Amino acid sequence: MSAPSELLVLDRVSLHFGGLAAITDLSLSVREGEILAVIGPNGAGKTSMLNLVTRVFDPSGGRILFRGRDISRLPRAAIASLGIARTFQNIELFEAASVLDNLLLGRHRFGAGAWWQQLLRTPGLVAIEEAHRARVEEVIEFLDLSPWRRASVATLPYGVRKVVELGRALCAEPALLFLDEPASGLNPEETRDLGFWIEDIRSELGITVVMIEHDMGLVGAVADRVICMAQGRVLAQGSAAEVQADPEVVAAYLGT
Amino acid sequence: MRFDYLTSYRQDFALLRHPADRAAYGMLAAALLAAPMVVSAYGLGELSYVLILCIAAMGLMVLTGFTGQVSLGHASFVAIGAYGHAYALSQGVPFILSLPLAAGLAALAGLAVGVPAIRVSGLYLAMVTLAFAIVVEQLAGMWRAVTGGYMGLAVPPPELFGLPLGGATGFYYACLAVTAMVLIGLVNLMRSGIGRAFRGVRDSEAAAHALGIRVRAVRIAAFGLSAGITGLAGGLMAHHLGYLTPDAFSLVLSLDLVLMVVIGGLGSLRGAILGAVLISMLPNAVAALKAILPDSLARQSGLELFVSGLILVLFVLFEPQGLNGRWLKLRLLVETFPLYRRDTFRRQKSYMRSERNR
Repeated sequence: MSAPSELLVLDRVSLHFGGLAAITDLSLSVREGEILAVIGPNGAGKTSMLNLVTRVFDPSGGRILFRGRDISRLPRAAIASLGIARTFQNIELFEAASVLDNLLLGRHRFGAGAWWQQLLRTPGLVAIEEAHRARVEEVIEFLDLSPWRRASVATLPYGVRKVVELGRALCAEPALLFLDEPASGLNPEETRDLGFWIEDIRSELGITVVMIEHDMGLVGAVADRVICMAQGRVLAQGSAAEVQADPEVVAAYLGT
Repeated sequence: MRFDYLTSYRQDFALLRHPADRAAYGMLAAALLAAPMVVSAYGLGELSYVLILCIAAMGLMVLTGFTGQVSLGHASFVAIGAYGHAYALSQGVPFILSLPLAAGLAALAGLAVGVPAIRVSGLYLAMVTLAFAIVVEQLAGMWRAVTGGYMGLAVPPPELFGLPLGGATGFYYACLAVTAMVLIGLVNLMRSGIGRAFRGVRDSEAAAHALGIRVRAVRIAAFGLSAGITGLAGGLMAHHLGYLTPDAFSLVLSLDLVLMVVIGGLGSLRGAILGAVLISMLPNAVAALKAILPDSLARQSGLELFVSGLILVLFVLFEPQGLNGRWLKLRLLVETFPLYRRDTFRRQKSYMRSERNR
């Protein structure tokens, strides 16, 4: 049984595509309130692990416990309502919509009124929309997105898109936030801003963060704990310095 | 130049925020209401037909423009609405009940198509809807007991609480009222949670799943809503035609509807209306064009088809955002003159999307 401080537990989880084993007997846990970084060479199964938790794939074996409850058979759309949010490695924004609409969609799990209220735009619905908008504006403020509020995502530069995607995940007010390579494609300045935001997300908003990241500068700066994966299993875990010094990790990155 | 200074979210929610907007739309409404006083009975009939096509185009826009699902078979929902309405009227159901009934019937048919259609997208979905349209057209021809087959079915004249709506003026106002209701309802839906979910499903399924949107349910619901609105247009179309035969709802009508939403500009209700107005005026425009063309050209068959094809190609090449996009650009040009930048609407490079988990 998991201790109460463990928010998410993967218990001997595996994932096979036919004969290909993407993940084998992976066990790890995420503690409440920590910033956990997952590193590893390409094809280590980092994103597959994330896709298992968010129910994109069905696990071939094992259990995934969120707050002690097995979520490995839930429908895909039910994950958001548990308080798990994610971003994507190759930005998955709603491109033809405005930044505001993207962020408002982040609040989908809180409901947007009955269909007849929406059809008639009743006073009750306007109040609901107002409340959602107010929460969205808080995120806009937090992430400095106000210059882009009305811009369509298709017209935004890459770095801003990354921030919008982070903002959309925050609008869902998650307890657990997965960031899939948040710093990839960002310049050093943007990466530094991102580091500050990730720390604030944990300390001010109280959200547990799991990030898959290659930028060891960022990982070293913000992560409390680092897990190194290779070939679908955990190779080493500990502080950033410990993991980087681990001979097995060095071997996995450099090849033997 | 104009800068909005907003002090509440409610001000931001307002559809017509500026006095100029209110004046423009007020004038449009007044002109539409006053039309019967100046337009001939024939002209009113044509105007009613344009309004009916506006409704049908808005129906298809919900599906293709907002959820990104292509349908090459929307004429079938027009047909189901038209035959359903005519049959219900002939059984003694009053007009005011029969019209929503017909729309409901078309919506059910839409849900039935939507359920298998969620498994396919793009070209394959277009094929499924095309096949459905062919089946419906054949059915309308064969099921003589209900549809009158190829001999046709006479539609009883419309009547509202004992008031005859059969005249050009009465029917025009009925069409105008239905168009206004559909437009306002859809505007409200599309800027609320349902509309956002539609656009979410269109732009990124992976993200929609992750945010808790039930993608399949949304796609099926969009099919039902779209078919229902198109069926409503079908019910009115029955009165416009007066006599229903299956060939009124052939592939040509489906393609015309697709032309309307693409030329109008996908993803905007204004686009659906602009597209419907343009395409429905095309036959008259081509007839006028024939008068000034040299005889050898004017007598070519298929001139109309050629012109609509040409317009589609020109729009796809030069204005993929359609009439709505052109409208937005013109408006910005006027509002920000002389500071307008030509590249304001240019799309940034779209970034690679590998690893899409559909």
